[in-house]
Formats: sequence, C-alpha cells, structure tokens
Amino acid sequence: MSEAKKFWNADAECMPREQLRDLQLRRLQQTLQLVASRVPCYQNKFSRLGFQPGDLHTLEDVAGLSFTTKEDLRLNYPYGMFAVPMRDVVRIHSSSGTTGKPTVVGYTRDDIRSWTELVARFMTAAGVTDEDIVHIAFGYGLFTGAFGLHYGSEAIGASVIPISGGNTDKQLMIMQDYRSSALVCTPSYAMTMADRMEKQGVDPTSLALRVGLFGAEPWSEQMRHELEQRLGIIATDNYGLSEVMGPGVAGECLHKQGMHIAEDHFLAEIIDPDSGAVLPEGSIGELVLTSLTKQAFPMIRYRTRDITRLHYDTCSCGRTLARMEKTRGRSDDMLIIKGVNVFPTQIEEVLFQIEGCEPHYQLVVDRVNNQDTLEILVEVNEKIFFDEMKQQRKFVDQAEKKLYSVLGLSVKVKLVEPSSITRHEGKACRVFDRRNT
Amino acid sequence: MKVEQISIFIENKSGRLAEVTRILGEAKVNIRALSLADTSDFGILRLIVDDTDLALRVLKEHHFTVNKTEVIGVEVPDQPGGLCSILEILDKNDINVEYMYAFVERSKGNAVIIFRFDSVDEAIRVLTENKITVLKGERISTL
Repeated sequence: MSEAKKFWNADAECMPREQLRDLQLRRLQQTLQLVASRVPCYQNKFSRLGFQPGDLHTLEDVAGLSFTTKEDLRLNYPYGMFAVPMRDVVRIHSSSGTTGKPTVVGYTRDDIRSWTELVARFMTAAGVTDEDIVHIAFGYGLFTGAFGLHYGSEAIGASVIPISGGNTDKQLMIMQDYRSSALVCTPSYAMTMADRMEKQGVDPTSLALRVGLFGAEPWSEQMRHELEQRLGIIATDNYGLSEVMGPGVAGECLHKQGMHIAEDHFLAEIIDPDSGAVLPEGSIGELVLTSLTKQAFPMIRYRTRDITRLHYDTCSCGRTLARMEKTRGRSDDMLIIKGVNVFPTQIEEVLFQIEGCEPHYQLVVDRVNNQDTLEILVEVNEKIFFDEMKQQRKFVDQAEKKLYSVLGLSVKVKLVEPSSITRHEGKACRVFDRRNT
Repeated sequence: MKVEQISIFIENKSGRLAEVTRILGEAKVNIRALSLADTSDFGILRLIVDDTDLALRVLKEHHFTVNKTEVIGVEVPDQPGGLCSILEILDKNDINVEYMYAFVERSKGNAVIIFRFDSVDEAIRVLTENKITVLKGERISTL
C-alpha cells in the first residue's frame, strides 16, 4: 500500500500567511476587474459607491464594497450574474430557491478544474487516498454535493461508486459487496445507515468502511462521536455552498480542529449580521465569502448567512489556512432539513396557493431516529374547513403534495384549532426547531 | 325541507369535545343530534341544535372554526330493511350520500336519519316522489 498522502497541494495549503495574503490581493484585484467589465449587477454596485477596481490596494479595502445577497441572485435569474459567455460555461448547477426560483450557477472548464482540486484537497486531508473506494450517497443532479465529491475522488485516483441517494438496503448491500471504504453523504443519512445496519445485524467492523466525509447540513460534535462509534470510522466535516462553488470551500483535516478554508481561492470575512461591519479576528459572526479565482460565476462579498468563527493559527497538521468552526446557526430564517434548504416563506406561498388564504402555520422540525422530520401545523379557518371528511383530507393531501414538489422534502401537514399556535407579540412563531433541544 | 347543521373542527385530543358541549350547555343550547368523524389528528363534529345561530355565535367567540351546512331529516320505518329501502331509492337515482347519522328522537313511531347529500334539492325531490317523508327543519328542532 502506498504511503498515505498528507496534502494534496502542500504549497498552497501550507503557504506562509504573508505570501498567501499577497496572492489573495492579486487575485482579488483580478476578480474585481473581471466583474467590473462583465457583470452589470457589480457595475451598478461599484458605480453607486464611486468605486473602481484600481481603488483597491489592500485586502482590508474589500470592506468598502457592497455585499452580494441571495436577493441579487434572484433578481439576476437565471444567467445575469455570469461573467463569461455561455459558450465558455461547461456546467450548470442550482440550489433550492427562496421564493420558488432556484439559484443558477455556472462553471467554466477552469472553474471545474479548481473545484476538483479543492475537493481533492479536503478529501486528502480527511484521509482519502487512491486506495479508497468512495461511496457517494449524495443525490446526483443539480445539487453540487455529489458531482463535487465525485470529481475530487477521481482526481485523487480513488474508485468512485456513484450510488446517489436513497434505497438504504441497496446501499448497504453495495457497501458490503463492493467494499466501500469512504462514505460521502449527509450526517443524518449516515445515521440512517447506521440504524439500518443495526436492524439487519450487520457488524460495522466487518465492513471495509474507514472514513466518512459528511456535509451539506450542520451537525454536532456529539453526532460525530456517535457516527464514529457506530460505524467504526473517522468522521470529518466539510463546507461549501453552491452560490460560492459547492463543497470544497472548507474541510476538516484528521485533527478535526475546524474546517480549513481554501483561502487561495476564497477570501473570508466575519461580519456583524445586523450592522454589516467587519468584526475583529476571533469574533463570532456571519461568514462572508469572495471568490478569488472563479471565472463563470464570481462572487463578491457573498453573505452566506452562516454564523461561525475563524481561527488563524497554524493547525497541528501544518496547514496555514484559516479554520472555520462548525456553523452555529443562521442569520436568516433558513432551515436545513435533511440537507434541503427551507425558508418559511416557501411554505406560506404553498398554503396561499391552495385555497387563496393565509392561515397561521408553524414549522415543527424534529429529529426522529436520527432523521430530520418536518411537520407543518396549520390553523384551520373557515376557508379551509370543510364539513366533509373527504374534502378535508383532500386539502391536507394537496398541501403535502405541493410542499413536496416545492421543497423536495416529505412534509406532514397537521391541522390544528385556531389560536393554538403560540404567538409572540401577535405574530405566530413560524418555526419550532426541536433538534437543538 | 332543509335542516341546519353546524360543523365544528376539533383537534383529536382529550377535553375538546367536553369543551364544545360545555360552551353550548352554558349558552342553554340543546343538542338534538350529533355525529363525529375523526382521523388520528382531528375530527369534524356535526351537530343539530335547537338554536343554530346562538350556537354558531358562542362557539366562534371561543375561537372554534365552525361552518353551517344544510342536511335533511328523513323518516325511516323502524323495522328490518327500513333504511335499506331508502338507500336503494337513492342509489337508483344516482344520489350520493356524503354521510348520515341517526337522530335520537322518533317521529310518529318512525326513526329519523340525517343525510348529507351533494345535491340536496335533487335528493329531496327523489325522496318525496317516492313517498318518503322528509321532515321540515322546524319539526326536527322540536322533536
């Protein structure tokens, strides 16, 4: 067996920070030139500030630029934020949207190359080698997770099983027969697999499984511990979002002291989500990312809405790249349920579409047998109350079907009596997340 | 010919039915007939009372979701096959029964069944043509 590779790109990952900052500044200036000449949304933002790309002389100057938000992406749907002509775009991905429309992102050939490299970096840091058989149980499709990990695994030279999501029994059979050694999925799905193994009497130590690379949703240290114990693996976390690139923005090494951000490709800032002010090193706040090498879909100061903290001291692994802590929550009302982004407003729209009324509702998110569940309590009013059970059931079925098609998530709709949802200063509390209690 | 019925949405949890009857009792509303359709989450309680408007008002005041619907009361011979003869007439005329329940009191020695139809007027016409007694709303309330 070959000696396990510790770094995918040691020069980049262990670069002295001064040198890294010089590289970041140079790349940031190039990115600003690119968007100022190609993307109307940024041209407008810059002209409102009287800013020209040549005005940026230090990395700190970035604080003077406006943020980019999901709303900007929505207003420029689908291709308005692309900085290259479509003939240069070789891939399109998409994320679940806030108000019906998803977010569309594009990649040039070079973008795919960088993305592949960054995924290979964190997978190597998480212990994956060319000897591994990588079992990718993320859904293949518009979602960036599966393809990102797929390309990264191939670059490493590992053998990829692109099994995609679902059908747990088949997943287990393949895992046993094909000797999967690295598992890639959401942490909650890994938990489902552990449960199924237990039920079927499969001894995890009889499997070839060695490491688990889990992402696409927040998870706790406690869950890591449980997954490592139950599956007999080393479990690491990784981070990314499609608006910025997808998985590979950051990932943990085997020291599990935070996720190393690929700072030679992304500039990370921590801001106060309310004032927008950049916070001093070591503060907890919202992560803001600027892409430094992307061509098709550059992002300037994108507000991730994820709350975290960055550490800049060199990691025991030798990487000089900043480490981000597990995300602590969101600065907006987005929920991540089974890896799917859910905004309460989406539910509101669906309910409104059905009978043209806006009932009070509440999202109850829970974790049952380590699986996220979403139940929506809807207060019955006269417009959605029918004397016939058939009609009443139909309303519930329609709501559930429609929510499934909009969210891509199975939802249970439960009708409740008026005024039974807790109100806070007259407004119904929209979300009740039991997972963290 | 039609009878006013109120339907109340109640969650399937203990004490809700008692709450409805308590509110009606305190308002001196007398329940004449009732039926409950339920699922594991919720139920639809249907009532025929002696003062529909008062019942609607007090229930709404207590934040219940309430609807008023029209049903009809039919005299059914209180003997084996009595109900069957009526259902056969409805079936022959393609009239669909949404639901039905029995009334507590009798009318001239006959049982009284409350029916909810899609097409109430058509049902009344068919039943009357077949010499079935459809009770007047006022009569039901005073049985």
